[in-house]
Amino acid sequence: MFPFSAIVGQDDMKLALMIAAVDQSVGGVLLFGDRGTGKSTAIRALASLLPKMRAVVGCPYNSELGDEIDTPGVPDDKQRDRLVPVPVVDLPLGVTEDRVVGALDIEKALVHGEKAFEPGLLARANRGFLYIDEVNLLEDHIVDLLLDVAASGENVVEREGLSVRHPARFVLVGSGNPEEGELRPQLLDRFGLTVDVRTPVEIKQRVEVIKRRDAYEADREVFRKKWSRKDGVLRRQIVAARDIIDDVVVRDDILAKVAEICIALETDGSRGELTLLRASRALAALNGKTEVTEDHLRRTGPLALGHRLRRNPLDESSAVVRVDRVLAEVLAA
Amino acid sequence: MNHRALPQENAAAVALLLATNPHALGGVILGGLPGPWRDSWLSGYRSLLDSEQPWKKVPVNIGDDRLLGGLDFAATIAAGRPMYATGVLEAANGGVLVLAMAERMRPLTASVISETMDSGRLQVERDGARRECDTHFSVVALDEGLEPDEKTPDGLAERLAFHVRLDQSPDMSELAQWTRSDLQRARRRINSIRIRQSLLEQFSQAAFAFGVSTLRAELFMLSVARTAAALSGRRAVTDEHAELAVRLVLPQRAQRLPQSPQDDVEAAPREDEEQEREQTPGKRDMPDDVLVDAVLASLPDKLLEQLALSATSSQRASGGRGGPATKSRLRGRPVGVVVEERPQGARLNILATLKAAAPWQSVRRGDSNTRRLRLRPEDLHINRYEDRVETTTIFVVDASGSQAAQRLAEVKGAIELLLNDCYVRRDQVALIAFRKEGADVLLEPTRALARVKRSLSALPGGGGTPLAAGLDAARAMALGLKRLGRVPAVVLMTDGRANIARDGSPGPDQAEVDARASARLFRVEGIESLLVDTSRRPKPRAQALANEMGATYIALPQADANRISTTVQRTLAA
Repeated sequence: MFPFSAIVGQDDMKLALMIAAVDQSVGGVLLFGDRGTGKSTAIRALASLLPKMRAVVGCPYNSELGDEIDTPGVPDDKQRDRLVPVPVVDLPLGVTEDRVVGALDIEKALVHGEKAFEPGLLARANRGFLYIDEVNLLEDHIVDLLLDVAASGENVVEREGLSVRHPARFVLVGSGNPEEGELRPQLLDRFGLTVDVRTPVEIKQRVEVIKRRDAYEADREVFRKKWSRKDGVLRRQIVAARDIIDDVVVRDDILAKVAEICIALETDGSRGELTLLRASRALAALNGKTEVTEDHLRRTGPLALGHRLRRNPLDESSAVVRVDRVLAEVLAA
Repeated sequence: MNHRALPQENAAAVALLLATNPHALGGVILGGLPGPWRDSWLSGYRSLLDSEQPWKKVPVNIGDDRLLGGLDFAATIAAGRPMYATGVLEAANGGVLVLAMAERMRPLTASVISETMDSGRLQVERDGARRECDTHFSVVALDEGLEPDEKTPDGLAERLAFHVRLDQSPDMSELAQWTRSDLQRARRRINSIRIRQSLLEQFSQAAFAFGVSTLRAELFMLSVARTAAALSGRRAVTDEHAELAVRLVLPQRAQRLPQSPQDDVEAAPREDEEQEREQTPGKRDMPDDVLVDAVLASLPDKLLEQLALSATSSQRASGGRGGPATKSRLRGRPVGVVVEERPQGARLNILATLKAAAPWQSVRRGDSNTRRLRLRPEDLHINRYEDRVETTTIFVVDASGSQAAQRLAEVKGAIELLLNDCYVRRDQVALIAFRKEGADVLLEPTRALARVKRSLSALPGGGGTPLAAGLDAARAMALGLKRLGRVPAVVLMTDGRANIARDGSPGPDQAEVDARASARLFRVEGIESLLVDTSRRPKPRAQALANEMGATYIALPQADANRISTTVQRTLAA
């Protein structure tokens, strides 16, 4: 795994992922942009940055002790929990529906004539991250499944005579290249933050990327060790931010600004405002601050709102430019 | 250590480099039709590999189950429990994946292969089973594309360092001097080969000069240079190796020719914003001339022309081939499985079949002791698919002098409104205009509708009316799209008048004859089309042209965008 802290530049991408790591309720990150910019590298690197979590041993849904979930085969009073890595589950291309939602365990059915539920990827991603590379190539019927579950936080399986429901709360992380096709607006809306990832054009920066990549390929262990201290700093920053995020205050005048920004941009629904608020709060916490300021709004605005503008296929100015313009107007006043 | 020279010819050098450092270099696109030249390259390359290294051919229509692995029907029946077969991607571990007709490959297949190459891991979640394993392979993509739009999918091409066009018989004889142990020795030394920082900077500058934005190009150049140095027995990368690296990696990725800075604005391939960003470093970092010259010298003439064109017109088509493939009947959204007694040519849904059979096993087995599965015809389920058909609307606009300026403006307005509609349906759009002596493809099929609008507003009017040329250009594009499995629809906006013949000579008589002839071909080829009569008062001439084309006729005076749009949809649905 390439260390998160060794990624050169791409500050927006790193910030968006850090925010999602601090507050899962921000609701997912979409990295959209040029090929060969390390989008999937960053997401996989995030996995090793996440502090571990407690989960019930043997529970296919990674549930917490005390959650009211039937853990198959484990009686309630015998449950123990332990520290496990936060799941970062890949949704591979070519995945079939039964593996996403879970299905009848075919082996048990054939050999023993038993009707048993075999949990799918949504179960494994519960309380963690679900990563979709090339999200715009995902087949539509799989997208439909995800949209429903991501909205409700629950996976309901009614098929093959099975009737199962289990929690499926996860942070959706997607990456893709716009040249492969646009994203359905409904799916776009499920992502809290989007980042427009561009190739660095500074020669110096590009050379630095090549050098680090080269060093990593030459000896991964040595390279990881070299960066482990910096990764550790980031990990502690995430933990510290989680500790204080509930105490971060949002003053009424900041709330008013949030509303004003979203009105000026004509974002659909209230998700824009909520996401902007939550992302700014997470950013404040990451910076060790206990109060959200206009600076935080300015920084997270393009990430939280860039994909929520009323879609106008004929407007040529990019979304980020429009957001920046409004932010400048509202926050200067 | 004695120094050895690498093969003179690119084709042979590529084979040697790839065989030595397959994982860092990814692979090669082998362009050209099947025949002795291609066979000669392939056998030359194979002679450098160990005999036990897998060599797996992937047919263009490979199903996900064979690519990734899945339930093995025969074995499952025999064993009485689910048995899984490995897919080609796993079987190719340590060897070579040969992709047949890579230019026709489904985008999804290309992405699966790309992703597996990136991670070196295969993760399969299919048919009730999960499997993860390591797999490393290099790719030889056999690309038989003849037209510019027939090419290996961009995402995959990006991950293959080399592109060899076999325009002549490759001289692979020099490879005979290299033994497998030579390659092995070199392989061990690759990572210890030193490289000057200044060379790395020159790689980046050369990439920038040719508008190559992906960072993989620089990584490939670094790997090629190191591998070449290791093979020739050096401890450090020399200028010669760097030049070879640039020559082999950059030309096929070039998006433009090195320009003076003010031209960069025109040359940048995408949005304005990016142009600004790209422009800035161009002014101070002029690339090293030697490397740039090396690339220029190795660019094929045709490509050179294209690049020169794109540098002035800024209307390069986006390379994306979005959306699901429409060609195969064997994919798409499964709309259910059906019981069929003798499935013919359809794909068996093994999982559904097994599930249907499972409850009856103990009954059917009766007293028998074998574990073999007992299947009955009524258990068999086949997949039904519903493919989303991707439509490309080709707008063909008469921009000649006979279209009064105001008329042209109305036409532009109508198209803009139609674009909104295309956006909702996620259709692709292309734009062709005809005026003066001929027709211009202003925009290849794209979903970036803002670009259509821009091309449209920049569209000049005036000159003669080469209607035949416009029709021919539209037909050529429509047929190309059909070959790709898309559904083209032509929207022709004209008053039906022509005064320039197909060969560019003026004179209404020949022009009319040519236009009729071109129009008739639309009906012959069965191209869906719609003719919007743009004359001030509807004329029989345009109506007659529509009849020749087999097109739906609609007159602009009554045609608000809504009506045109519904007519387009109705035409398509038919």
